[in-house]
Amino acid sequence: MSLKVALFGITRDIVGTSVIELPAPAPATVGELLAEMRRQYPALGELRSCAVAVNNEYAALDQSLHTVDEIALIPPVAGG
Amino acid sequence: MTPTLSITDQPIDVAAALAAVQTDAAGAVNAFIGTVRNQSGGRPVRRLHYESYDSMALTQLGHVVAQAVEKWPMLQEVAVVHRKGTLELGDVAVVVAVATPHRAESFAACQFIIDTLKQVVTIWKREEYEDGTEWVAAHP
Repeated sequence: MSLKVALFGITRDIVGTSVIELPAPAPATVGELLAEMRRQYPALGELRSCAVAVNNEYAALDQSLHTVDEIALIPPVAGG
Repeated sequence: MTPTLSITDQPIDVAAALAAVQTDAAGAVNAFIGTVRNQSGGRPVRRLHYESYDSMALTQLGHVVAQAVEKWPMLQEVAVVHRKGTLELGDVAVVVAVATPHRAESFAACQFIIDTLKQVVTIWKREEYEDGTEWVAAHP
């Protein structure tokens, strides 16, 4: 199973692309995804926060990930 | 009530947002208008660049409005319009407009919506200074 992860704001700047594909075996949960992304891109660990969205909703660390999911890293938001 | 929610790369029409919440059942319309300021923490700001994850931003905005309706069941109409792209000083970045029967709830609901928007809606702001740019709130 591979995963595509959309990147926005400072996470796109850090990774250098707006979508990253994680080849199989991809992380199985949100927590594993975050750990893997921080391992590959240590600057992600310096952010105030970094959430993961699955299908347009904030996801808990133990949530499972599937190839069909729309997954995104969500750095600290600053609307308004 | 179906709220008017949008993320746009065009200048925000404030009058249209106010018109969207007009209803004969409401005696109060309250609006918050967020504009681009010329400084941030004492540092001169030249312009702002907003980026949005549109589909999630609209989903989360829907949740925010639903929470507001739970807190203030008398809410008649809500409109939230957020700009994205490059904004110059003075440009309108966001409009929140609500209509309620009486004024007290209109102030409270409008403040709740803009405050919660800032916490959960997937929009990011990059400030441009004379000597570079910075993503707002990204680092501790």
